[in-house]
Amino acid sequence: MSTPDTAATIAAEVAAGRRRAEEVCRAALGRIAARNGELKAFLELTAEHALERAVAIDRDVVAGRPVGPLAGVPVAVKDNLCTTFGHTTCGSRILAGYVSPYSATAVERLEAAGAVIVGKTNLDEFAMGSSTENSGYFPTRNPWDPERVPGGSSGGSAAAVAAGFVPAALGSDTGGSIRQPAALCGVVGLKPTYGRVSRYGLVAYGSSLDQVGPLAGTVTDAALLLAVLSGRDPRDSTSVDQAVPDYRGALRDAPLAAVAHGLRIGVPAEYFGAGLDAETEGAVRSALRVFEQLGATLVDVTLPRTPQAIAAYYLVATAEASGNLARYDGVHYGYRTPHPADIEDLYSATRAEGFGPEVKRRIMLGTFALSAGYYDRYYNKALRVRRLIQEDFTAAFDHCDVVAGPTSPTPAFRLGERTADPLQMYLADVYTISANLAGIPAISLPCGFTRAGLPIGLQLQGPLFGETLLLQAARLYERATDWHTRRAG
Amino acid sequence: MAGEIDAERVRQIARLARLRLSDDEVMLFTGQLGALVEYVRQLDAVPTDGVEPLAHPVPVANVLRDDRPTPTLDTEVALRNAPQREGPLFRVPRVLDQGA
Repeated sequence: MSTPDTAATIAAEVAAGRRRAEEVCRAALGRIAARNGELKAFLELTAEHALERAVAIDRDVVAGRPVGPLAGVPVAVKDNLCTTFGHTTCGSRILAGYVSPYSATAVERLEAAGAVIVGKTNLDEFAMGSSTENSGYFPTRNPWDPERVPGGSSGGSAAAVAAGFVPAALGSDTGGSIRQPAALCGVVGLKPTYGRVSRYGLVAYGSSLDQVGPLAGTVTDAALLLAVLSGRDPRDSTSVDQAVPDYRGALRDAPLAAVAHGLRIGVPAEYFGAGLDAETEGAVRSALRVFEQLGATLVDVTLPRTPQAIAAYYLVATAEASGNLARYDGVHYGYRTPHPADIEDLYSATRAEGFGPEVKRRIMLGTFALSAGYYDRYYNKALRVRRLIQEDFTAAFDHCDVVAGPTSPTPAFRLGERTADPLQMYLADVYTISANLAGIPAISLPCGFTRAGLPIGLQLQGPLFGETLLLQAARLYERATDWHTRRAG
Repeated sequence: MAGEIDAERVRQIARLARLRLSDDEVMLFTGQLGALVEYVRQLDAVPTDGVEPLAHPVPVANVLRDDRPTPTLDTEVALRNAPQREGPLFRVPRVLDQGA
């Protein structure tokens, strides 16, 4: 099976009538059929729906009707984004069989742009995890080494892109859930600024942190999807009414050449400390030298609260999760315990039987952080530290345009290696969670491989609504290297 | 500070969270939540006097829309995923004792 073309190429060829969307879709389904049994990237395929969409796009092309910028592009969608077609389970047994009465705005926007959604991808239950091992159904495997995790929580989406099933996928990122799996699977993953992309129809986890974003094989494809996804949505009051720049146009040669020279890359010492794998550090430092060769300047910056970000994050995220997940009570939808003694038993037995251990753990921690006598000490304290973390970034961006560092302290780890110790799993999020606390955009892109052949991710973070420069910096690096041309398997 | 997380506290949190826990789970969570709470206490070392809590990373306030009636979810559609229904209603076990 051949590697798929980029989303940009497919859309151009389909729109021009040189390729049929149906053939592109059938080829993607063929690649999935060949290797998804091994990797288990998908919870469900939506082949029938996808082929219908593809045929409709081909009909539009033949009739000379306008088609969108993603015409005929096969896309995978993380299963915490609601779709009226197929099921939406969030990787949880408590939502087994759930059919959403509406689609997420992100899904609607993709489809309106001509994308063909081929399936729903696996994730850690309710997006809580860093390995996709917390899925209530099955773990997903890393296409580069099936004995290893793909990262998480958007592990299915990252694996689907890395395996060449689809050129792009949707993920969600609450503490690194797009960027960390992108790094571990050797693809591009972008968490947009909080408010850039509507969360309507994204099943809520940590509402002040959650953001929808793309995973793709190239920076240009990530930009293409971001342009389609971005913009105000009246159905999400946190989506911001701010003009959407021409993200893809900004990646053409002329604008790129204009920003390369004098680009200031901030390098925080806190991102290169204890716990960072040596091969990862080596690859990231080599990437910094590539930026220098391109005309950029490296600037030392400091993000002093980086070590405390994990603690602040796990209080804020779990507190918000404990409220958001209160709705799963067996009354209106989803799983219900078969023989409840009374209404209280209906709630607590349904939740005990429907949720997996990590979800229970986070609901418990969040309930504790919000409970009487502890609210100020833990929850409010975390929110104060959160402000300091945001201020650290504001100060750093006075001296640099983007902040660079590793996405994950280690490459992909083995299945089962970290499941026994939740805290060890949380520590792997050290470089990604600050962006969610501060609301800023961040991207992970491939910057090398370990000797064992595992991908390494470079993370770039930018100021609020600084996606354009972030994508330009990422594209400059990508254009100067060839890591993104390697494909797993 | 010691003893903030013991089995009794875990049971109390589980009641608040409407999670029925087995005795094994209570034991497991007592250890794990205890370790997590101990870990997050490192925030105590960060001086935050006079720092306003940051609940929302991007300043957006008082988002209003026109006060115009629009269609909402149809009753049949809303009931489509109901575990148990009775006519146009979600059915649940009796909430009040008879005669109460």
